[in-house]
Amino acid sequence: MKYAFFPGCSLESTGWDFDRSTRAVCRALGIDLVDIPDWVCCGSTPAHTTNASLSVALPVMNLQKAKEMGLPVLTACASCYARLRTANHTVLNDPEERGRAERVTGKPYDGRVEVRHLLDVLVNDLGVDAVREKVRRPLKGMKVACYYGCLLTRPPDIVAFDNAEHPSCMDRLLTAIGAEPVEWPYKTECCGASLSITRSEIVNRLSHRLLSMARQAGADCLAVACPLCESNLDLRQADAVKAHGAIPETPVLYVTQFLGLALGLSSGDVGLEALTVSAESLLAGIGRDQ
Amino acid sequence: MPDTLEWQNNTFLKEVERRSGTPVSACFQCHKCSTGCPIGPDMDLLSSQVMRMIHLGEELQVLESQDIWLCASCEACTTRCPMQIDIAVVMDSLRMMAVERKVELPNARGEQFNRSFLQSVSRNGRVFELGMMVAYKLRSRDFFTDAEKTGQMLAKGKLSLLPKKSGSARAVADVFRRAEEEEKKR
Repeated sequence: MKYAFFPGCSLESTGWDFDRSTRAVCRALGIDLVDIPDWVCCGSTPAHTTNASLSVALPVMNLQKAKEMGLPVLTACASCYARLRTANHTVLNDPEERGRAERVTGKPYDGRVEVRHLLDVLVNDLGVDAVREKVRRPLKGMKVACYYGCLLTRPPDIVAFDNAEHPSCMDRLLTAIGAEPVEWPYKTECCGASLSITRSEIVNRLSHRLLSMARQAGADCLAVACPLCESNLDLRQADAVKAHGAIPETPVLYVTQFLGLALGLSSGDVGLEALTVSAESLLAGIGRDQ
Repeated sequence: MPDTLEWQNNTFLKEVERRSGTPVSACFQCHKCSTGCPIGPDMDLLSSQVMRMIHLGEELQVLESQDIWLCASCEACTTRCPMQIDIAVVMDSLRMMAVERKVELPNARGEQFNRSFLQSVSRNGRVFELGMMVAYKLRSRDFFTDAEKTGQMLAKGKLSLLPKKSGSARAVADVFRRAEEEEKKR
């Protein structure tokens, strides 16, 4: 299994632990990632709320590079994933927009380079059984709320590899590595995304709602697959608690950090030191680094 | 039928439908979008109300509202709309129209953030977070929110002091220029 890897900006800054753990887990599972050379920002929300041509052209620049590599694209960031898939959808279905994207990038593109999310590949190509076979340190008794957020499953006609309102891919993966995902109703509720910068009080309210619901459902920690979800729930957890009331400290890990630990990787291999709320309490239950 | 005539003369509705490529006029006010909107409690105008105001041609009231800037683009409304209206894209189109028409933005932070972010991408090909945040703080004059987090993030390696430029940064700058020209032709 070989993919053109699109890390995205967050994975080389605020979410470097997502980058490190994604690469480590893929290596352990035999998934070969080749970085797209000189990849560029997908434009994220600022592009699609500012300039429609730009919001298609930036992802297309990367897809054109992947086409030259002759490989399907794999990405871990939920937001990059949604922007790359949306650009493909637009180019495929709207000849006018395709013409615009080709004029803006100065190169042809037919919208047909396949874009996959890491979770999609793990669950639907590799399969949870193959993951289960490689587990060296089952995350026994670990109660996790799998938080999918917005863009892994929405809008479903563009991104979907899972159910839009009740996704289960992360739950299935975590079950395979011995953890106990809890049932909870806020799997796809929004954390407020980039409003964290412009309107942090809204993100505090939403993060608090998510964290307290996860706790009420019996979870000790959360699994995420988006750098913005991670930072809103982890880095901003203290602010949320200060504004809206006490919740026990709740570690928020990338799904790849859970996977890496179960595959026998060390906490350093998956970048646990990047977390604001320490995952130490979780590690105590599954034994120290091997 | 005076109603029909009025409807057809609603240039605001037509413009929003053309730009967003989605049938805003199909909204029959079921309010499913507003019910599931995570930002609803912070909005004066809920998304279904925005749809209705567009029907009524209330251009200025919509474009000047802070609510179009509060949308987090979570796409819950788009996913759930029974009439397949891409409400999140309508919000994008409204923001672009508000900026183009230079209406008075009640809370310009959303626009200031977008500008700071995109400026960083056009220079480096990727976002340089620290530079972007400094540019945003200067624009918004909001110096204190999260100031304490910068040190913490630097210590954890989450922010770098220098941009990690893409080798395609120059091509990205050209793409920005051409994308702006394309938008003017829309």
